[in-house]
Amino acid sequence: MAGNSDLDVAYVARLTRINLTEDEAKIFQKQLDDVLKYVEKLRQLDVTGVDAGTHALPVFNVFRDDAPRDWFTAEQALSNAPRQANGLFVVPKVVE
Amino acid sequence: MIGNDLPAMSIADLQSLLRRREVSPSEVIDGLRERIEAIDGNLGAYLSLDVEAAMKEAERANVDLPLGGIPFAIKDIINVMGQPCSCASKILNGYRAPYDATVVQKLRAAGAIPFGKTNLDEFAMGSSTENSALKSTRNPWDLSRVPGGSSGGSAAAVAADEAFGALGSDTGGSIRQPAALCGVVGLKPTYGRVSRFGLVAFASSLDQIGPVTKTVRDAALIMNVIAGHDPQDSTSLSEPVADYVVELGNDLRGVRLGVPKEYMIEGIDPQVRAAIDAAVKQLNSLGAEIIEVSLPGTEYAIAVYYIIATAEASANLARFDGVRYGYRAENPKDMLDLYGRTREEGFGPEVKRRIILGTYVLSSGYYDAYYLRAQKVRELIRRDFASAFEKVDALISPTSPVAAFKVGERVADPLQMYLADIFTIAANLAGICGISVPCGFAELDAHRLPIGLQLLGKPLDEARILQVAHAYEQSTDWHKARPPIAADVPKQ
Repeated sequence: MAGNSDLDVAYVARLTRINLTEDEAKIFQKQLDDVLKYVEKLRQLDVTGVDAGTHALPVFNVFRDDAPRDWFTAEQALSNAPRQANGLFVVPKVVE
Repeated sequence: MIGNDLPAMSIADLQSLLRRREVSPSEVIDGLRERIEAIDGNLGAYLSLDVEAAMKEAERANVDLPLGGIPFAIKDIINVMGQPCSCASKILNGYRAPYDATVVQKLRAAGAIPFGKTNLDEFAMGSSTENSALKSTRNPWDLSRVPGGSSGGSAAAVAADEAFGALGSDTGGSIRQPAALCGVVGLKPTYGRVSRFGLVAFASSLDQIGPVTKTVRDAALIMNVIAGHDPQDSTSLSEPVADYVVELGNDLRGVRLGVPKEYMIEGIDPQVRAAIDAAVKQLNSLGAEIIEVSLPGTEYAIAVYYIIATAEASANLARFDGVRYGYRAENPKDMLDLYGRTREEGFGPEVKRRIILGTYVLSSGYYDAYYLRAQKVRELIRRDFASAFEKVDALISPTSPVAAFKVGERVADPLQMYLADIFTIAANLAGICGISVPCGFAELDAHRLPIGLQLLGKPLDEARILQVAHAYEQSTDWHKARPPIAADVPKQ
């Protein structure tokens, strides 16, 4: 259920793959409605003809040399996995 | 000097002592460990220590290297090989870094010794360190108050002599604001000046790593080591790096400093305002010319920030899904259940709120109204600074509108917490550099609470703000004051 803005917290939470309890959704709805109300002040500004900014010193087309180098071994890459076997990450079955 | 006074030293002083062989790197580590054991139970600055590894490195440290034998605290969002990198989140439970961040590689190459990982707001989202899912960090000047955030552990550790220097990260003020609230020096370099390879990403167009130190000279010493181009970070700049220490020597005659009239707003604590007014006079008496300037976009900075930062966070934090590292919910029945419960159980409330808000402002139908408009206003804010910097060399403001607030005072109202960053956020949006340096104390409930002076500089002009901050610092005694928790440690 949505609050005082177009944001429907319960719906967006599903998109973000975060389960929320009903209570949590209710609190977040109120808090985020407040934040969205606050950011409405941006509508007061005329931004006609202004390009979307990034930062002070933009850099473009950054490439490294396409050269092989040492990086993680498979063992290192798997070292933090909650579940692993046979050099692979293990997850619940996806395909029937 | 040896023994219990050792941890109170600046990096520069410790360096001389080490090079004269009056103290050994192992004795330094021992002194620090004793200090931490004596007070960190009450302060809570550190999430983890690796004394054993530090001791091994101390035994073979080369003290003639630029930071040889100096132990460092690292915010627990920067990867240090073999140590945890929890981001103060349950979702990285059990994670150990399989590599060193570029800044850590550079510190090691300069002889420094990573010693421990400091507390923060979960994924650097917050202004009080209260959003840490793992530990409560207190302000060393008054343990009932917050240290600021998100680099609150780094700032508290340096202020309480539990570290000689620390690294933090600053996305909207997360180095400068806790430095101000704890009475130490904090520098946010220009976007792209310091490599972020190995920093866990929060908001990629805003994040920057920088030093937290006891003195401005120490910040310059660290910048000399960590600044510069890194092919591993595509936003890293290849412009040459100044010798920040050498540049400190200059005096302030002819330096033009701007005071933005929009920064002297209502809501600034009167004691903070008085301290800043006095600092402006002091800078003037040191030879700097003071000029009023205008930054009309100031009042929009927080709104822009909470759209852009949350949008970028929602994308960056998608990687924490319980598959490749960290926490995974028990007995997932399928992938959606694994994702949904891992992220529910692993993330704290502020992180969830920001991911949800960020996903919303990027979603079809709302993108133009929120995200695109915020990016355009961001450009206006950048232009404000560019035109101010045509008239002045650097800008002066408070770092925070208030001194340290009470633990729990602002947690129920995220918007109130966001407003704590009003003076620091615009620098991240514009990509410019900024520093906070101690400039006085507020008296509250019979406690002295530090106040920070912020200097903002042109892109890549770190040398200038360090120079001004150093000249100011050396003409005052604020940086010599020590919090009661550090000064009262009993002699052994």
